[in-house]
Amino acid sequence: MQQDRIRNFAIIAHIDHGKSTLADRILELTGAVSEREMREQLLDSMDLERERGITIKAQAVRVLWKGHQLNLIDTPGHVDFTYEVSRSLQACEGALLVVDAAQGIEAQTLANAYLAIEGGLEIVPAANKIDLPQADPDGAAKELGDLLGEDSDRVLRMSAKTGLGVPEVLDAIVERIPSPTGDPDAPARALVFDSSYDQYRGVVAFVRVVDGSFSTREPLRAMAQGTEFDAEELGVMSPSRTPVDGLSAGEVGYVITGLKDVSRLRVGDTLTSRRRPAAGPLPGYQDVKPMVFAGIFPTDSDDYPELRDALERLKLNDGSLSYEPETSQALGFGFRCGFLGLLHMEIVRERLEREFDLDLLITAPNVAYRATTRTGELVEVHNPAEMPRELEEVEEPYVKASVIVPKDYVGAVMELANERRGSFDHLEYLSEGRVLLNYELPLGEIVLDFYDQLKSRTRGYASFDYDLAGFRPGELARVDILVGGEQVDALSLIIHRDAAYDRGRQLVERLREEIPRQMFDVPIQAAIGSRVIARETIKARRKDVLAKCYGGDITRKRKLLEKQKKGKKRMKQVGGVEVPQEAFLAVLNLDSDRRRT
Amino acid sequence: MSHVRHLYVHLPFCAHRCGYCDFVTVVGRNGQHDSYVDALLTELDLQRGVLADDVDTVFLGGGTPTFTEPAALARLLAALPAADEVTVEANPETVTPELAELLLTNGVNRVSLGAQSFEPRLLEVLERQASPDDVRGAVRTLRTAGFDNVSLDLIYGIPGQSEDDLDADLAEALALEPEHLSCYELEAKPGTRFTHAHGAELERQADAMEGYFELVVETLTVAGYRWYETANFCRTGARDLRAQHNLGYWRGRDYLGVGVGAVSTVAGSRRRNVASLPRYVAALAGGETSPCELEPIDSGTHAREVLMLGLRLDEPVVLAGVAEAVDHDALARLAASGLVELTANGRGDELRLTPRGRFLGDAVTADLIA
Repeated sequence: MQQDRIRNFAIIAHIDHGKSTLADRILELTGAVSEREMREQLLDSMDLERERGITIKAQAVRVLWKGHQLNLIDTPGHVDFTYEVSRSLQACEGALLVVDAAQGIEAQTLANAYLAIEGGLEIVPAANKIDLPQADPDGAAKELGDLLGEDSDRVLRMSAKTGLGVPEVLDAIVERIPSPTGDPDAPARALVFDSSYDQYRGVVAFVRVVDGSFSTREPLRAMAQGTEFDAEELGVMSPSRTPVDGLSAGEVGYVITGLKDVSRLRVGDTLTSRRRPAAGPLPGYQDVKPMVFAGIFPTDSDDYPELRDALERLKLNDGSLSYEPETSQALGFGFRCGFLGLLHMEIVRERLEREFDLDLLITAPNVAYRATTRTGELVEVHNPAEMPRELEEVEEPYVKASVIVPKDYVGAVMELANERRGSFDHLEYLSEGRVLLNYELPLGEIVLDFYDQLKSRTRGYASFDYDLAGFRPGELARVDILVGGEQVDALSLIIHRDAAYDRGRQLVERLREEIPRQMFDVPIQAAIGSRVIARETIKARRKDVLAKCYGGDITRKRKLLEKQKKGKKRMKQVGGVEVPQEAFLAVLNLDSDRRRT
Repeated sequence: MSHVRHLYVHLPFCAHRCGYCDFVTVVGRNGQHDSYVDALLTELDLQRGVLADDVDTVFLGGGTPTFTEPAALARLLAALPAADEVTVEANPETVTPELAELLLTNGVNRVSLGAQSFEPRLLEVLERQASPDDVRGAVRTLRTAGFDNVSLDLIYGIPGQSEDDLDADLAEALALEPEHLSCYELEAKPGTRFTHAHGAELERQADAMEGYFELVVETLTVAGYRWYETANFCRTGARDLRAQHNLGYWRGRDYLGVGVGAVSTVAGSRRRNVASLPRYVAALAGGETSPCELEPIDSGTHAREVLMLGLRLDEPVVLAGVAEAVDHDALARLAASGLVELTANGRGDELRLTPRGRFLGDAVTADLIA
């Protein structure tokens, strides 16, 4: 198709502001799916997305509208997925900015809108849910107009649920969003903005063709990695996979690569034809560095290979996930994984458990630290147990956080931010009742439960987003937990000095409750360096013996001991102490307990 | 095949089934004693081939063997092979001069009395029929008749038993100067009537009772008894007063058991006779062997049993014989923490539990087993 008939666009919206519903309505209106085929939130194909009502994986769908080809690139809507949003946006010339007319702009909307504006995208603003009785379309339109510096009359009004105003939205996409401007005759180049793995057909890459054109069976090369393969099938999602003969400049589609090794085609790479290769790759996507880390271990050490394969699979779909092997003397073989944030971690964990049927143990998350040793060496630390003990200085990542909240909750937000070592930056009234608060906070203070606390202290009204703001020195201490005099690597943590004592005491008390009595006294300590800050003792058992054992009892008694031995083998040995897995779990879950209360 | 030197005979009859008991017992049924003894003798005949010509020990357990009708009991005893040690379990209230005479004239040379406690309140909890005076009387009667090897059973950890109660029980038992004492912690087995009635109370006093085992061992060893097995003590001196029959079990020897529910271990096979009295008697009345369950004991299993049983004793286990059953990493760890003692002598390495290890015998053994 001629490029001037193509429009590539994304939808930007806060969770629950109706993005997926709008996408469904568009598919229906354009006849891409019949009403009978229509399922709720068709684009979110993963179970997990359906259940959580959020979009995790970006997808690209082609629809036809009044002689134009519209490529809708769906984007995730959560704070952790800024990276995926940025990838999707790079494949578009415009974005539909959707705001719930009853809620107004949320922090996430703001962040993604800025991302789109910085990317040079044409923004089409729309107020959604105008059918709701509590909707305030004028208020929402004014907020959007102010944000974009446009007349609020340009803000569209619709109800994705009922379909009201949606055709006008499609018209506006055609009218306002520019068509692609690649060179159709230049050597072919396509940007890989997403990918998935098909069990039968290998790696499926989602691409936006920028220059030239590609045809089926064409020999291809991924320019950054140098991987070569043939395009086994080209196609478009409409909304299910539909093969086509070719994809040309401006179009969005998929390439079945036949690659079986998931690591050979990375998102962000540029595809070109080996017959007539392009001179250089497209400007690649900015690779976001993970800032939150946690150890993931199989509960049963026999599952280690399965965990490794599963992570490899996930990594293909999720370029922001990173991992490297980690050996913990307490938890065995596993991986230290890097995530964008806590939700990202939760999703990876759930997918590992659900899609790959793995039973996992996950350590408490921590952020990346930069440590300078006394000898002047600079190390980046992703695991508290690797934090050098002889430290000159430790730096931790900070974020610029924005919180949008009704004005009655400003006090509650300030209180929380202060508890979390936040420093106030500025405050701004978005409208008469809604306030934007800007804070700088250590990332380490928000990875655990900040968001949950924020929600609970503002009755769910607050919205929250953050941007990384670099590393800064902090008064941080490494707290080690020792069982039977031996350090339990998986339980080490890095924490602000002021909080170290309380936290150490909590951990030690919890372990005392969870570790069964042993054959000898077991000291449990929390220590900073060689200084013990909390201590408990599990008193030794004084007696463990079955009184009677005669001819008739031998089998029963033997089986009892054999069973006991099996149980012991399942326990982790730390400092000669048998620590049941449940004890680790309980301690690692301390934070989620704290979150619940 | 004829090598077995230990014979166990089960006599299931009791006047009353105590709440905590989980042995195969049958209350009353006096009319059946004769036919049961007939069945025993038939089984003994059928199994005679596995017994050695000279049997070392015979043990009559129950039930209450001495509750069996005297004529039937005498008939049984007379038919049993002669042995160096012939033990009969007895409840104190059944011990009369006549019974003592009957036992003595029929080759019995050791009596194991189920005293359990000397505190009436606790005896009642245990549903025992004997009074403390019955216990004292029974010992006197046995002594008068000429028995010079008497064992007393005590139970501790009874619901409501204080440390002073236990102290008093031990003193009472010692005052009777038994050659041998067996002290068992009460096992409240799940599902028994007893656990149903007293489980909550036992749970409540579990912590307080943790030191009772130590008190028992301390008191008896101070009184000059040898703590030769986890729950068994004997006087020291010229005679070896350990229970020779039970030593056979603990050393992993083969044994033949006859009677309802009786267990035998012979040549790599463990056999458990049916627990139903009518089925047992019917089978043997027809000249058939008792219906039974069989469990093969391969060499690995045997080694684990020798280890597990041997570690209950104060004499060492020769490592070479059980090496395949030992987790050698655990052995090193346990030795380092002072729970197991590893010594070398002419027979090679030997291991035994240290006194502290013996209090934790099950945990240590479970750790040690491969």
